[in-house]
Amino acid sequence: MMQLAVRPEPLLEVNNLVVEYGLGNKTVHAVSGVSLQVARGETLGLVGESGCGKSTLGRAVLQLRRAKSGRVLFDGEDLTAMEGEALRKMRRRVQLIFQDPIASLNPRRRIGDIVAEPLIIAGIKDAAERKRRVHEVLSAVGLDPDLVAGRLPHEFSGGQCQRICIARSLVLNPEFIVCDEPVSALDVSIRAQILNLLEEMKVRFGLTLLFIAHDLAVVKAVSDRVAVMYLGRLCEVGPSEQLFARPAHPYTGLLLQAIPVPDPDVRPAESVATGEPPSPIAPPSGCRFRTRCPRADQRCSAEIPELREVVPGQFAACHHPLA
Amino acid sequence: MSAPLLTIENVAVDLPTPRGNLRAVDHVNLSLEGGRTLGIVGESGCGKTMLSRAVLQLLPKKAKLAGRVIFDGQDLVRLDAERLRRLRGRDLAVVFQDPMTSLNPVLTIGTQLMETIQEHLELDAPVAKKRSIELLAAVGIPAPEQRLAQYPHQCSGGMRQRIAIAIALSCEPKLLIADEPTTALDVTIQAQILDLLAREQRRRHMAMIIITHDLGVVAGRADEVAVMYAGRVVERAPTSALFKRMHMPYTEALLAAIPKLDTAPHTPLPAISGRPPDPTRPLKGCSFAPRCRYAAGRCHEAKPELMDAETPGHRYACFHPIRMAEGIGA
Repeated sequence: MMQLAVRPEPLLEVNNLVVEYGLGNKTVHAVSGVSLQVARGETLGLVGESGCGKSTLGRAVLQLRRAKSGRVLFDGEDLTAMEGEALRKMRRRVQLIFQDPIASLNPRRRIGDIVAEPLIIAGIKDAAERKRRVHEVLSAVGLDPDLVAGRLPHEFSGGQCQRICIARSLVLNPEFIVCDEPVSALDVSIRAQILNLLEEMKVRFGLTLLFIAHDLAVVKAVSDRVAVMYLGRLCEVGPSEQLFARPAHPYTGLLLQAIPVPDPDVRPAESVATGEPPSPIAPPSGCRFRTRCPRADQRCSAEIPELREVVPGQFAACHHPLA
Repeated sequence: MSAPLLTIENVAVDLPTPRGNLRAVDHVNLSLEGGRTLGIVGESGCGKTMLSRAVLQLLPKKAKLAGRVIFDGQDLVRLDAERLRRLRGRDLAVVFQDPMTSLNPVLTIGTQLMETIQEHLELDAPVAKKRSIELLAAVGIPAPEQRLAQYPHQCSGGMRQRIAIAIALSCEPKLLIADEPTTALDVTIQAQILDLLAREQRRRHMAMIIITHDLGVVAGRADEVAVMYAGRVVERAPTSALFKRMHMPYTEALLAAIPKLDTAPHTPLPAISGRPPDPTRPLKGCSFAPRCRYAAGRCHEAKPELMDAETPGHRYACFHPIRMAEGIGA
């Protein structure tokens, strides 16, 4: 098992996590032995294409999906071993923001009640205290509490709904938030507002973030380190700037090349991406990327590449890393 | 210069809503020559899709359309249903964003491809089948013969979009409208599909309109770009001229708000504050004025019309365009 040395005492440590779904008599290998660490105050970006298991990993961290094996240590405690009340208590410290802000708000409840709900679940009986907290977080995300608390979700745009979701996730003063594609449903001009807001909230509330997205530029904008995932496994982990400047894994290189650049002088590279990701029901043997990789050889189909440090701080799981 | 293949003349689309009339497209003029690519860029609700529906004459029943759409010498607005039906799918083809909803889930891929070919080209079944196989091979589908017997749900999203493109290309259209053709797809698949469209376009000398919210998608691939905001074209230019020098503050702000790969992490993004205006409550002045950092008195009073920039073909709708040189400031 790989240990990634980051900084001492990570807030979150995922060890060799395996998550599988049953599908008839078949098995979807959604997450197959992922290990990573997130230091306190850090933002770890998690990128990958749809179906690579990044959302499943995020949910397994929060124990919304139980792992088949492996451990999730949060502040030194193993969440995978926790159940019932203990887990509920722990969940106050970890929160989740979803992709579709409109779908994640109950359309029949008022904004003030939606944001206060976590406080009620947490057993805060003092209504005045609840109101004070709701006001505080709504103002923090840039909404006027007096104007919005009594209104219903349909009265708000997608961007405003995402602000409300962020407010709800902050109301219990969590330490750690999993953001699962928080801006991909939003328009470009609104996306920038929400990314800036997340950055602001992170500093103001001293948060640690796991930021899941498929858009590399979005991930880079907010992340200290980035982990690249492909078909249930990590390909590469490293400091954002370093990883984007000198990707070591061919898949990271491919992803970077595929992004359209808003500059007509940059000729789009003829797509080197050969084919499509294979099914997670029957993932390829050895390196899972080998079926699309221009560098693949015999060894790649025989031997699963382990994450190893290629440059200080940068880890890649590849037998033939890029120079 | 040859006569344009498509001319959109003063097109306006009104949609009745419970909150009142919604002007989705507000007097748009555009033209496109054969073999060229026009990118239409804008955020959701800017009217880019409604404009393309107006060209295709596929607007919602209650929509009111004004203006003219001249395609290959005929005004589509005045064309009767039967002639329109013969034109669409043959000379005028479309690829939609979501390939799952544009393909019929209960028909095989072969049936759907051959249906289009036989309807428009009067070919018998064996010839149509042969042609279908060629088309699937051309759009990069492995084992095309086996695919013909499969249903859409047996294909991945990228495959389905390739099939939708094969159907669109099947009758050698003169114009292909691709409405957010890659938005539902992953980035590596997006690059493949955009390359495929570009390659087929060159090969067939087909004109293309790419509708997208992503300036990055049109930058390397369109000859010309039209930026839409609140139902109007607010800037229009040859692609290189536009990216070299944007005149309309909205275009500039839209480009600036995109996170870039070469920016350091944790750099605050220049976000556009506020949000687009309510389309059922049209503003007296420039629609972008409430969010624009250059807006002054006149911007709130009158709507700027498109005016010519120095570069030929570059037009912008703004009273206070972004000036590069100092001293000419408005």
